Amino acid sequence: MSVISASVADSATMLRRNFRHTTRNPLALFNAIFMPIVLMFMFVYVLGDAFSVGTDYVDYATPGLIITTICYGISPTATAVNSDMTTGFINRLRVMHVSRAAVLNAHVIATTLRSLVAIAFIIGIAFLMGFRPSASFPEWLGVIGIVVLTVVAIGWLTVAFGLAAKTPQSAGFAAVPLMLLPYLSSAFVPADKMGPGVREFAEHQPFTSIIETLRGLLTGAPSAGPAITAIAWCAGLTLIGYLWARTTFTKRG
Amino acid sequence: MVAAMDGSAIAASGLRKAYKDKIVLDGIDLHVRTGTIFALLGPNGAGKTTTVNVLTTLLTPDAGKVVVAGHDVATETKAVRAAIGVTGQFASVDDLLTGEENLLMMADLLHLPKAEGQQIADRLLDRFELVEAAGKLAASYSGGMRRKLDLAMTLVGEPQIIFLDEPTTGLDPRSRRTMWEIIQELVADGTTIFLTTQYLEEADQLADRIAVLDQGRLVAEGTAAELKRRVPGSHVRLRFADRYELDVAAQVLHEASRDDEELTLRVPGDGGVRSWRALLDRLDAHSIEVEELSVHTPDLDDVFLALTGHGNKEVSAR
Repeated sequence: MSVISASVADSATMLRRNFRHTTRNPLALFNAIFMPIVLMFMFVYVLGDAFSVGTDYVDYATPGLIITTICYGISPTATAVNSDMTTGFINRLRVMHVSRAAVLNAHVIATTLRSLVAIAFIIGIAFLMGFRPSASFPEWLGVIGIVVLTVVAIGWLTVAFGLAAKTPQSAGFAAVPLMLLPYLSSAFVPADKMGPGVREFAEHQPFTSIIETLRGLLTGAPSAGPAITAIAWCAGLTLIGYLWARTTFTKRG
Repeated sequence: MVAAMDGSAIAASGLRKAYKDKIVLDGIDLHVRTGTIFALLGPNGAGKTTTVNVLTTLLTPDAGKVVVAGHDVATETKAVRAAIGVTGQFASVDDLLTGEENLLMMADLLHLPKAEGQQIADRLLDRFELVEAAGKLAASYSGGMRRKLDLAMTLVGEPQIIFLDEPTTGLDPRSRRTMWEIIQELVADGTTIFLTTQYLEEADQLADRIAVLDQGRLVAEGTAAELKRRVPGSHVRLRFADRYELDVAAQVLHEASRDDEELTLRVPGDGGVRSWRALLDRLDAHSIEVEELSVHTPDLDDVFLALTGHGNKEVSAR
Protein backbone atom coordinates (compact mmCIF):
# COMPACT_ATOMS: atom_id res chain seq x y z
CA MET A 1 0.00 0.00 0.00
CA SER A 2 1.38 3.38 -0.94
CA VAL A 3 2.06 5.98 1.72
CA ILE A 4 -0.81 8.18 0.57
CA SER A 5 -3.44 5.45 0.34
CA ALA A 6 -2.32 4.12 3.73
CA SER A 7 -2.71 7.61 5.13
CA VAL A 8 -6.19 7.96 3.63
CA ALA A 9 -7.20 4.54 4.94
CA ASP A 10 -5.89 5.38 8.42
CA SER A 11 -7.67 8.73 8.42
CA ALA A 12 -10.91 6.96 7.42
CA THR A 13 -10.48 4.46 10.27
CA MET A 14 -9.90 7.28 12.74
CA LEU A 15 -12.81 9.27 11.36
CA ARG A 16 -15.12 6.28 11.84
CA ARG A 17 -13.97 6.25 15.45
CA ASN A 18 -14.73 9.96 15.85
CA PHE A 19 -18.23 9.50 14.42
CA ARG A 20 -18.89 6.69 16.88
CA HIS A 21 -17.74 8.98 19.65
CA THR A 22 -20.22 11.64 18.52
CA THR A 23 -23.13 9.21 18.38
CA ARG A 24 -22.24 7.75 21.79
CA ASN A 25 -21.65 11.07 23.44
CA PRO A 26 -24.49 13.09 21.89
CA LEU A 27 -24.09 15.74 24.59
CA ALA A 28 -21.16 17.26 22.68
CA LEU A 29 -23.30 17.76 19.59
CA PHE A 30 -26.28 18.89 21.66
CA ASN A 31 -24.17 21.53 23.42
CA ALA A 32 -22.73 22.68 20.13
CA ILE A 33 -26.27 23.28 18.84
CA PHE A 34 -28.10 24.32 21.97
CA MET A 35 -25.85 27.07 23.34
CA PRO A 36 -25.75 29.11 20.10
CA ILE A 37 -29.54 28.85 19.86
CA VAL A 38 -29.84 30.27 23.37
CA LEU A 39 -27.50 33.10 22.36
CA MET A 40 -29.55 33.71 19.27
CA PHE A 41 -32.70 34.20 21.34
CA MET A 42 -30.83 36.38 23.81
CA PHE A 43 -29.39 38.68 21.21
CA VAL A 44 -32.19 38.80 18.67
CA TYR A 45 -35.27 38.77 20.94
CA VAL A 46 -33.99 40.21 24.19
CA LEU A 47 -31.27 42.68 23.32
CA GLY A 48 -31.47 43.17 19.57
CA ASP A 49 -34.02 45.95 19.44
CA ALA A 50 -31.84 48.11 21.66
CA PHE A 51 -28.95 48.01 19.18
CA SER A 52 -29.21 50.24 16.14
CA VAL A 53 -27.22 48.56 13.41
CA GLY A 54 -28.97 50.02 10.40
CA THR A 55 -30.73 46.79 9.34
CA ASP A 56 -32.99 44.14 10.80
CA TYR A 57 -31.02 42.86 13.81
CA VAL A 58 -31.45 39.17 12.90
CA ASP A 59 -29.87 39.90 9.52
CA TYR A 60 -27.00 41.68 11.26
CA ALA A 61 -26.40 39.09 13.97
CA THR A 62 -26.69 35.83 12.01
CA PRO A 63 -23.16 35.95 10.47
CA GLY A 64 -21.77 36.65 13.94
CA LEU A 65 -23.77 33.77 15.40
CA ILE A 66 -22.42 31.44 12.73
CA ILE A 67 -18.88 32.15 13.93
CA THR A 68 -19.95 32.04 17.60
CA THR A 69 -21.42 28.58 16.92
CA ILE A 70 -18.02 27.34 15.79
CA CYS A 71 -16.38 28.70 18.96
CA TYR A 72 -18.97 27.19 21.29
CA GLY A 73 -18.67 23.75 19.69
CA ILE A 74 -14.91 23.44 19.88
CA SER A 75 -14.16 22.46 23.45
CA PRO A 76 -14.96 18.71 23.09
CA THR A 77 -12.30 18.56 20.38
CA ALA A 78 -9.58 19.91 22.67
CA THR A 79 -10.62 17.52 25.42
CA ALA A 80 -10.77 14.52 23.07
CA VAL A 81 -7.37 15.22 21.50
CA ASN A 82 -5.84 15.67 24.92
CA SER A 83 -7.26 12.45 26.28
CA ASP A 84 -5.91 10.61 23.22
CA MET A 85 -2.52 12.01 24.15
CA THR A 86 -2.64 11.47 27.90
CA THR A 87 -4.22 8.00 27.91
CA GLY A 88 -1.52 6.59 25.64
CA PHE A 89 -3.82 6.12 22.66
CA ILE A 90 -1.54 8.22 20.46
CA ASN A 91 1.53 6.33 21.71
CA ARG A 92 -0.17 3.11 20.73
CA LEU A 93 -0.71 4.45 17.22
CA ARG A 94 2.86 5.71 16.98
CA VAL A 95 4.28 2.31 17.76
CA MET A 96 2.00 0.79 15.12
CA HIS A 97 3.44 3.05 12.49
CA VAL A 98 0.02 4.45 11.75
CA SER A 99 0.11 7.46 9.47
CA ARG A 100 1.04 10.27 11.79
CA ALA A 101 -1.51 12.76 10.61
CA ALA A 102 -4.47 10.33 10.60
CA VAL A 103 -5.65 10.79 14.15
CA LEU A 104 -5.31 14.58 14.02
CA ASN A 105 -6.89 14.84 10.56
CA ALA A 106 -9.83 12.85 11.82
CA HIS A 107 -10.30 15.19 14.77
CA VAL A 108 -10.28 18.24 12.49
CA ILE A 109 -12.67 16.68 9.97
CA ALA A 110 -15.06 15.50 12.69
CA THR A 111 -14.97 18.95 14.29
CA THR A 112 -15.70 20.58 10.95
CA LEU A 113 -18.68 18.33 10.26
CA ARG A 114 -20.05 18.78 13.77
CA SER A 115 -19.78 22.55 13.39
CA LEU A 116 -21.47 22.48 10.00
CA VAL A 117 -24.41 20.54 11.45
CA ALA A 118 -24.71 23.05 14.29
CA ILE A 119 -24.45 25.97 11.86
CA ALA A 120 -27.18 24.47 9.67
CA PHE A 121 -29.40 24.44 12.77
CA ILE A 122 -28.58 28.01 13.68
CA ILE A 123 -29.29 29.23 10.15
CA GLY A 124 -32.57 27.31 10.20
CA ILE A 125 -33.58 29.00 13.46
CA ALA A 126 -32.48 32.34 12.03
CA PHE A 127 -34.88 31.87 9.14
CA LEU A 128 -37.68 31.12 11.59
CA MET A 129 -36.85 34.35 13.38
CA GLY A 130 -37.09 36.42 10.25
CA PHE A 131 -33.62 36.14 8.73
CA ARG A 132 -33.92 37.12 5.06
CA PRO A 133 -30.56 36.85 3.27
CA SER A 134 -30.34 38.03 -0.31
CA ALA A 135 -27.37 35.86 -1.26
CA SER A 136 -27.31 34.19 -4.66
CA PHE A 137 -26.28 30.56 -5.10
CA PRO A 138 -22.57 31.34 -5.73
CA GLU A 139 -22.63 33.67 -2.72
CA TRP A 140 -24.00 30.84 -0.58
CA LEU A 141 -21.14 28.69 -1.83
CA GLY A 142 -18.84 31.53 -0.76
CA VAL A 143 -20.45 31.48 2.70
CA ILE A 144 -19.88 27.74 2.99
CA GLY A 145 -16.29 28.18 1.81
CA ILE A 146 -15.48 30.86 4.40
CA VAL A 147 -17.19 28.88 7.15
CA VAL A 148 -15.21 25.73 6.31
CA LEU A 149 -11.94 27.68 6.18
CA THR A 150 -12.72 29.20 9.58
CA VAL A 151 -13.62 25.88 11.22
CA VAL A 152 -10.50 24.22 9.83
CA ALA A 153 -8.32 27.06 11.13
CA ILE A 154 -9.91 27.02 14.59
CA GLY A 155 -9.94 23.21 14.48
CA TRP A 156 -6.17 22.93 13.96
CA LEU A 157 -5.47 25.52 16.65
CA THR A 158 -7.69 23.62 19.04
CA VAL A 159 -6.04 20.30 18.19
CA ALA A 160 -2.63 21.87 18.85
CA PHE A 161 -3.84 23.29 22.15
CA GLY A 162 -5.32 19.92 23.10
CA LEU A 163 -2.01 18.19 22.39
CA ALA A 164 0.01 20.74 24.33
CA ALA A 165 -2.24 20.85 27.41
CA LYS A 166 -1.29 18.77 30.44
CA THR A 167 -4.77 17.46 31.27
CA PRO A 168 -8.12 17.10 29.47
CA GLN A 169 -9.60 19.65 31.89
CA SER A 170 -7.06 22.33 31.06
CA ALA A 171 -7.44 21.49 27.37
CA GLY A 172 -11.13 22.30 27.71
CA PHE A 173 -10.16 25.86 28.60
CA ALA A 174 -8.92 26.29 25.04
CA ALA A 175 -12.45 27.21 24.15
CA VAL A 176 -12.83 29.98 26.72
CA PRO A 177 -10.92 32.75 24.90
CA LEU A 178 -12.52 31.57 21.68
CA MET A 179 -15.97 31.91 23.24
CA LEU A 180 -15.16 35.48 24.28
CA LEU A 181 -13.56 36.59 21.04
CA PRO A 182 -16.81 37.02 19.03
CA TYR A 183 -18.03 39.59 21.58
CA LEU A 184 -14.93 41.65 20.86
CA SER A 185 -15.65 41.61 17.13
CA SER A 186 -18.38 43.00 14.92
CA ALA A 187 -20.48 39.88 15.59
CA PHE A 188 -23.20 41.59 17.65
CA VAL A 189 -22.51 45.33 17.42
CA PRO A 190 -20.42 47.23 14.88
CA ALA A 191 -16.83 47.68 15.99
CA ASP A 192 -16.92 51.45 15.52
CA LYS A 193 -19.43 51.74 18.35
CA MET A 194 -16.99 50.25 20.87
CA GLY A 195 -14.76 52.14 23.29
CA PRO A 196 -11.21 53.13 22.42
CA GLY A 197 -8.72 50.26 22.57
CA VAL A 198 -11.42 47.64 22.23
CA ARG A 199 -12.50 49.22 18.97
CA GLU A 200 -9.04 48.91 17.42
CA PHE A 201 -8.77 45.36 18.66
CA ALA A 202 -12.20 44.49 17.27
CA GLU A 203 -11.47 46.09 13.92
CA HIS A 204 -8.29 44.10 13.42
CA GLN A 205 -8.95 40.72 14.97
CA PRO A 206 -9.60 37.86 12.55
CA PHE A 207 -13.27 37.30 13.41
CA THR A 208 -14.30 40.77 12.29
CA SER A 209 -12.98 40.34 8.76
CA ILE A 210 -14.48 36.85 8.60
CA ILE A 211 -17.86 38.05 9.88
CA GLU A 212 -17.86 41.09 7.57
CA THR A 213 -17.13 38.77 4.64
CA LEU A 214 -20.05 36.53 5.58
CA ARG A 215 -22.28 39.56 6.10
CA GLY A 216 -21.37 40.89 2.65
CA LEU A 217 -22.04 37.55 1.01
CA LEU A 218 -25.35 37.00 2.81
CA THR A 219 -26.67 40.47 1.95
CA GLY A 220 -25.69 39.96 -1.66
CA ALA A 221 -23.08 42.70 -1.46
CA PRO A 222 -19.71 40.94 -1.14
CA SER A 223 -16.60 43.06 -1.04
CA ALA A 224 -13.11 41.83 -1.83
CA GLY A 225 -11.26 43.69 0.95
CA PRO A 226 -12.49 41.84 4.05
CA ALA A 227 -12.68 38.59 2.05
CA ILE A 228 -8.97 38.68 1.26
CA THR A 229 -8.13 39.57 4.87
CA ALA A 230 -10.42 36.77 6.11
CA ILE A 231 -8.90 34.16 3.82
CA ALA A 232 -5.39 35.27 4.77
CA TRP A 233 -6.25 35.02 8.49
CA CYS A 234 -7.70 31.52 8.02
CA ALA A 235 -4.72 30.32 6.00
CA GLY A 236 -2.28 31.79 8.50
CA LEU A 237 -4.06 30.39 11.57
CA THR A 238 -4.40 26.97 9.92
CA LEU A 239 -0.68 26.93 9.21
CA ILE A 240 0.22 27.96 12.75
CA GLY A 241 -2.19 25.42 14.26
CA TYR A 242 -1.00 22.65 11.96
CA LEU A 243 2.71 23.28 12.57
CA TRP A 244 2.19 23.66 16.32
CA ALA A 245 0.17 20.43 16.41
CA ARG A 246 2.76 18.57 14.37
CA THR A 247 5.67 19.64 16.54
CA THR A 248 3.84 18.81 19.76
CA PHE A 249 2.70 15.48 18.35
CA THR A 250 6.25 14.52 17.38
CA LYS A 251 7.87 15.83 20.51
CA ARG A 252 5.87 14.35 23.33
CA GLY A 253 6.79 10.87 24.44
CA MET B 1 20.99 -8.92 11.74
CA VAL B 2 23.88 -10.28 13.80
CA ALA B 3 21.96 -9.65 16.99
CA ALA B 4 18.97 -11.64 15.78
CA MET B 5 21.09 -14.65 14.85
CA ASP B 6 22.60 -15.06 18.28
CA GLY B 7 19.07 -15.41 19.65
CA SER B 8 18.67 -11.97 21.16
CA ALA B 9 15.40 -10.13 20.81
CA ILE B 10 16.58 -6.91 22.41
CA ALA B 11 20.14 -5.65 22.71
CA ALA B 12 20.80 -2.22 24.13
CA SER B 13 24.08 -0.68 25.15
CA GLY B 14 25.04 2.54 26.82
CA LEU B 15 21.57 4.10 26.90
CA ARG B 16 21.51 7.59 28.29
CA LYS B 17 18.69 10.04 28.59
CA ALA B 18 18.41 13.27 30.48
CA TYR B 19 15.69 15.87 30.70
CA LYS B 20 17.40 19.20 31.21
CA ASP B 21 19.73 18.45 34.12
CA LYS B 22 17.79 15.46 35.44
CA ILE B 23 19.45 12.20 34.41
CA VAL B 24 16.80 9.54 33.83
CA LEU B 25 18.88 6.79 32.21
CA ASP B 26 22.53 6.66 33.16
CA GLY B 27 24.19 4.10 30.90
CA ILE B 28 21.88 1.10 30.58
CA ASP B 29 22.89 -2.18 28.92
CA LEU B 30 20.24 -4.80 28.28
CA HIS B 31 20.20 -8.15 26.58
CA VAL B 32 16.98 -10.14 26.20
CA ARG B 33 16.96 -13.59 24.60
CA THR B 34 14.26 -14.53 22.14
CA GLY B 35 11.35 -16.41 23.67
CA THR B 36 12.03 -15.41 27.26
CA ILE B 37 10.44 -13.10 29.81
CA PHE B 38 12.64 -10.27 30.97
CA ALA B 39 11.59 -8.13 33.89
CA LEU B 40 12.84 -4.65 34.55
CA LEU B 41 12.27 -4.12 38.23
CA GLY B 42 12.36 -0.82 40.00
CA PRO B 43 10.45 1.68 42.11
CA ASN B 44 8.45 4.59 40.72
CA GLY B 45 10.72 7.08 39.01
CA ALA B 46 13.56 4.62 38.44
CA GLY B 47 13.37 5.12 34.67
CA LYS B 48 11.34 2.05 33.67
CA THR B 49 8.88 3.81 31.38
CA THR B 50 11.66 5.87 29.81
CA THR B 51 13.52 2.65 29.04
CA VAL B 52 10.41 1.15 27.44
CA ASN B 53 9.87 4.33 25.40
CA VAL B 54 13.44 4.19 24.11
CA LEU B 55 13.25 0.49 23.25
CA THR B 56 9.92 0.95 21.45
CA THR B 57 10.97 3.85 19.19
CA LEU B 58 8.90 6.42 21.10
CA LEU B 59 11.87 8.28 22.50
CA THR B 60 15.32 8.96 21.09
CA PRO B 61 18.07 8.41 23.65
CA ASP B 62 20.83 10.99 24.09
CA ALA B 63 23.36 8.20 23.63
CA GLY B 64 23.47 4.46 23.13
CA LYS B 65 22.48 1.87 20.59
CA VAL B 66 19.36 -0.29 20.55
CA VAL B 67 18.74 -3.30 18.36
CA VAL B 68 15.25 -4.80 18.57
CA ALA B 69 14.28 -7.90 16.56
CA GLY B 70 17.53 -7.51 14.64
CA HIS B 71 16.83 -3.93 13.58
CA ASP B 72 18.41 -0.72 14.72
CA VAL B 73 15.78 1.37 16.48
CA ALA B 74 17.29 4.63 15.24
CA THR B 75 17.58 3.78 11.54
CA GLU B 76 15.10 0.96 10.93
CA THR B 77 12.21 2.31 12.96
CA LYS B 78 9.56 0.89 10.67
CA ALA B 79 10.94 -2.66 10.78
CA VAL B 80 11.18 -2.47 14.58
CA ARG B 81 7.59 -1.26 14.84
CA ALA B 82 6.40 -4.10 12.64
CA ALA B 83 7.94 -6.60 15.06
CA ILE B 84 6.83 -5.19 18.39
CA GLY B 85 3.67 -4.59 20.36
CA VAL B 86 3.44 -2.22 23.29
CA THR B 87 0.96 -2.08 26.12
CA GLY B 88 1.47 1.09 28.08
CA GLN B 89 1.18 1.78 31.74
CA PHE B 90 -2.44 2.89 31.46
CA ALA B 91 -4.88 0.75 29.52
CA SER B 92 -5.16 2.76 26.34
CA VAL B 93 -8.46 1.37 25.14
CA ASP B 94 -11.06 3.58 23.55
CA ASP B 95 -13.81 3.96 26.16
CA LEU B 96 -16.49 4.95 23.69
CA LEU B 97 -15.96 1.92 21.48
CA THR B 98 -16.99 -1.62 22.33
CA GLY B 99 -14.36 -4.27 22.99
CA GLU B 100 -14.89 -5.73 19.55
CA GLU B 101 -14.72 -2.32 17.85
CA ASN B 102 -11.45 -1.59 19.62
CA LEU B 103 -9.95 -4.77 18.20
CA LEU B 104 -11.35 -4.18 14.70
CA MET B 105 -9.93 -0.65 14.76
CA MET B 106 -6.48 -2.12 15.37
CA ALA B 107 -6.99 -4.56 12.49
CA ASP B 108 -7.99 -1.65 10.23
CA LEU B 109 -4.93 0.34 11.23
CA LEU B 110 -2.77 -2.67 10.36
CA HIS B 111 -4.54 -2.71 6.97
CA LEU B 112 -5.70 -6.29 7.40
CA PRO B 113 -8.49 -7.51 5.11
CA LYS B 114 -11.92 -7.18 6.79
CA ALA B 115 -12.55 -10.91 7.10
CA GLU B 116 -9.13 -11.58 8.57
CA GLY B 117 -9.53 -8.70 11.05
CA GLN B 118 -12.86 -10.10 12.21
CA GLN B 119 -11.36 -13.58 12.61
CA ILE B 120 -8.49 -12.27 14.71
CA ALA B 121 -10.84 -10.14 16.82
CA ASP B 122 -13.15 -13.11 17.46
CA ARG B 123 -10.24 -15.33 18.39
CA LEU B 124 -8.79 -12.77 20.81
CA LEU B 125 -12.16 -12.07 22.42
CA ASP B 126 -12.55 -15.79 22.97
CA ARG B 127 -9.03 -16.26 24.28
CA PHE B 128 -9.32 -13.40 26.77
CA GLU B 129 -12.84 -14.39 27.87
CA LEU B 130 -14.31 -11.15 26.60
CA VAL B 131 -16.93 -12.66 24.29
CA GLU B 132 -19.83 -11.66 26.53
CA ALA B 133 -18.51 -8.13 26.91
CA ALA B 134 -17.56 -7.79 23.23
CA GLY B 135 -20.59 -5.65 22.40
CA LYS B 136 -20.35 -3.41 25.48
CA LEU B 137 -18.54 -0.09 25.62
CA ALA B 138 -15.05 -0.38 27.10
CA ALA B 139 -16.04 2.36 29.56
CA SER B 140 -18.15 -0.23 31.38
CA TYR B 141 -15.26 -2.72 31.76
CA SER B 142 -13.55 -3.53 35.05
CA GLY B 143 -9.86 -2.76 35.49
CA GLY B 144 -8.89 -6.34 34.75
CA MET B 145 -11.04 -6.48 31.61
CA ARG B 146 -9.55 -3.23 30.35
CA ARG B 147 -6.03 -4.58 30.77
CA LYS B 148 -7.01 -7.73 28.94
CA LEU B 149 -8.57 -5.77 26.10
CA ASP B 150 -5.51 -3.53 26.00
CA LEU B 151 -3.23 -6.54 25.64
CA ALA B 152 -5.56 -8.13 23.08
CA MET B 153 -5.33 -4.92 21.01
CA THR B 154 -1.56 -5.22 21.10
CA LEU B 155 -1.79 -8.84 19.95
CA VAL B 156 -3.85 -8.06 16.83
CA GLY B 157 -0.60 -7.38 15.00
CA GLU B 158 0.91 -10.69 16.17
CA PRO B 159 4.10 -9.09 17.46
CA GLN B 160 7.28 -11.11 18.07
CA ILE B 161 8.26 -8.97 21.01
CA ILE B 162 5.79 -7.52 23.48
CA PHE B 163 6.54 -4.70 25.88
CA LEU B 164 4.34 -4.51 28.95
CA ASP B 165 4.78 -1.46 31.11
CA GLU B 166 3.55 -2.36 34.61
CA PRO B 167 0.91 -4.75 33.30
CA THR B 168 -0.67 -5.48 36.68
CA THR B 169 -0.38 -2.20 38.56
CA GLY B 170 -3.73 -1.42 40.15
CA LEU B 171 -5.23 -4.85 39.51
CA ASP B 172 -6.84 -6.99 42.19
CA PRO B 173 -5.01 -10.23 43.05
CA ARG B 174 -7.29 -12.39 40.92
CA SER B 175 -6.92 -10.26 37.80
CA ARG B 176 -3.19 -10.19 38.43
CA ARG B 177 -3.10 -14.01 38.41
CA THR B 178 -5.07 -14.08 35.16
CA MET B 179 -2.67 -11.60 33.62
CA TRP B 180 0.30 -13.70 34.71
CA GLU B 181 -1.22 -16.79 33.12
CA ILE B 182 -1.78 -14.91 29.88
CA ILE B 183 1.81 -13.66 29.86
CA GLN B 184 3.12 -17.18 30.44
CA GLU B 185 0.98 -18.51 27.58
CA LEU B 186 2.38 -15.87 25.25
CA VAL B 187 5.92 -16.93 25.98
CA ALA B 188 5.00 -20.57 25.50
CA ASP B 189 4.03 -19.57 21.96
CA GLY B 190 7.53 -18.24 21.34
CA THR B 191 6.90 -14.56 21.95
CA THR B 192 9.50 -12.51 23.79
CA ILE B 193 8.21 -10.43 26.69
CA PHE B 194 9.82 -7.38 28.19
CA LEU B 195 7.94 -6.24 31.23
CA THR B 196 8.45 -3.61 33.85
CA THR B 197 7.17 -3.97 37.35
CA GLN B 198 7.54 -2.58 40.82
CA TYR B 199 6.41 -5.88 42.30
CA LEU B 200 9.21 -8.24 43.24
CA GLU B 201 6.76 -11.09 43.45
CA GLU B 202 5.76 -10.52 39.84
CA ALA B 203 9.33 -10.56 38.58
CA ASP B 204 10.02 -13.63 40.71
CA GLN B 205 6.98 -15.47 39.35
CA LEU B 206 7.30 -14.61 35.68
CA ALA B 207 10.74 -13.63 34.61
CA ASP B 208 13.55 -15.76 33.26
CA ARG B 209 15.88 -12.88 33.93
CA ILE B 210 15.49 -9.80 36.09
CA ALA B 211 17.29 -6.50 35.92
CA VAL B 212 17.02 -4.14 38.86
CA LEU B 213 16.81 -0.50 37.87
CA ASP B 214 17.45 2.19 40.43
CA GLN B 215 17.80 5.91 39.68
CA GLY B 216 18.62 5.31 36.04
CA ARG B 217 21.22 2.59 36.60
CA LEU B 218 21.06 -1.18 36.51
CA VAL B 219 22.22 -2.28 39.93
CA ALA B 220 21.91 -6.02 39.28
CA GLU B 221 20.92 -8.51 36.64
CA GLY B 222 20.35 -12.24 36.68
CA THR B 223 17.81 -14.96 37.40
CA ALA B 224 15.72 -14.61 40.54
CA ALA B 225 17.84 -17.34 42.18
CA GLU B 226 21.08 -15.63 41.23
CA LEU B 227 19.92 -12.35 42.64
CA LYS B 228 18.82 -13.94 45.89
CA ARG B 229 22.18 -15.64 46.24
CA ARG B 230 23.93 -12.28 46.02
CA VAL B 231 22.40 -11.25 49.29
CA PRO B 232 23.77 -12.73 52.51
CA GLY B 233 20.42 -12.44 54.16
CA SER B 234 19.88 -16.02 55.41
CA HIS B 235 19.42 -16.19 59.14
CA VAL B 236 17.83 -18.21 61.89
CA ARG B 237 15.56 -16.50 64.35
CA LEU B 238 15.52 -17.97 67.84
CA ARG B 239 12.96 -17.04 70.44
CA PHE B 240 13.44 -17.68 74.15
CA ALA B 241 11.11 -18.12 77.09
CA ASP B 242 12.66 -15.42 79.28
CA ARG B 243 15.38 -12.85 79.62
CA TYR B 244 17.73 -15.26 81.42
CA GLU B 245 17.74 -17.77 78.56
CA LEU B 246 18.25 -14.95 76.11
CA ASP B 247 21.27 -13.65 78.04
CA VAL B 248 22.89 -17.08 78.19
CA ALA B 249 22.27 -17.71 74.49
CA ALA B 250 23.62 -14.29 73.56
CA GLN B 251 26.86 -15.06 75.38
CA VAL B 252 27.27 -18.32 73.52
CA LEU B 253 26.21 -17.02 70.10
CA HIS B 254 28.14 -13.76 70.09
CA GLU B 255 27.75 -13.33 66.30
CA ALA B 256 23.98 -12.99 66.77
CA SER B 257 22.06 -9.74 67.09
CA ARG B 258 19.55 -9.61 69.92
CA ASP B 259 16.15 -8.05 70.34
CA ASP B 260 15.29 -7.66 74.03
CA GLU B 261 11.66 -6.71 73.43
CA GLU B 262 10.91 -9.81 71.39
CA LEU B 263 13.31 -12.04 73.34
CA THR B 264 14.86 -13.13 70.06
CA LEU B 265 18.30 -13.68 68.59
CA ARG B 266 18.98 -13.37 64.90
CA VAL B 267 21.84 -15.64 63.86
CA PRO B 268 23.28 -15.15 60.38
CA GLY B 269 24.31 -18.17 58.33
CA ASP B 270 25.22 -19.17 54.81
CA GLY B 271 21.86 -20.79 54.19
CA GLY B 272 23.22 -24.35 54.18
CA VAL B 273 21.81 -27.16 56.36
CA ARG B 274 25.28 -27.90 57.76
CA SER B 275 25.62 -24.48 59.36
CA TRP B 276 22.20 -24.73 60.99
CA ARG B 277 23.05 -28.15 62.41
CA ALA B 278 26.26 -26.73 63.91
CA LEU B 279 24.21 -23.99 65.49
CA LEU B 280 21.80 -26.45 67.07
CA ASP B 281 24.73 -28.49 68.38
CA ARG B 282 26.14 -25.42 70.11
CA LEU B 283 22.78 -24.68 71.73
CA ASP B 284 22.56 -28.30 72.91
CA ALA B 285 26.08 -28.28 74.34
CA HIS B 286 25.10 -25.36 76.60
CA SER B 287 21.66 -26.79 77.39
CA ILE B 288 19.90 -23.69 76.12
CA GLU B 289 16.14 -24.06 75.72
CA VAL B 290 14.73 -22.51 72.56
CA GLU B 291 11.02 -21.68 72.47
CA GLU B 292 10.76 -21.19 68.74
CA LEU B 293 13.06 -21.43 65.75
CA SER B 294 12.49 -20.14 62.23
CA VAL B 295 14.74 -20.06 59.19
CA HIS B 296 14.64 -17.03 56.87
CA THR B 297 15.97 -17.20 53.34
CA PRO B 298 16.18 -13.88 51.52
CA ASP B 299 13.38 -12.92 49.19
CA LEU B 300 13.59 -10.34 46.45
CA ASP B 301 12.61 -7.64 48.92
CA ASP B 302 15.87 -8.27 50.77
CA VAL B 303 17.67 -8.27 47.44
CA PHE B 304 16.23 -4.94 46.51
CA LEU B 305 17.10 -3.44 49.85
CA ALA B 306 20.64 -4.79 49.72
CA LEU B 307 21.23 -3.67 46.13
CA THR B 308 19.82 -0.19 46.30
CA GLY B 309 20.49 0.66 49.91
CA HIS B 310 16.89 1.76 50.27
CA GLY B 311 13.64 -0.09 50.44
CA ASN B 312 11.10 -0.38 47.72
CA LYS B 313 8.21 1.35 49.47
CA GLU B 314 5.53 0.14 47.10
CA VAL B 315 6.75 -3.39 47.47
CA SER B 316 7.12 -3.61 51.19
CA ALA B 317 3.64 -2.12 51.56
CA ARG B 318 2.16 -5.12 49.83
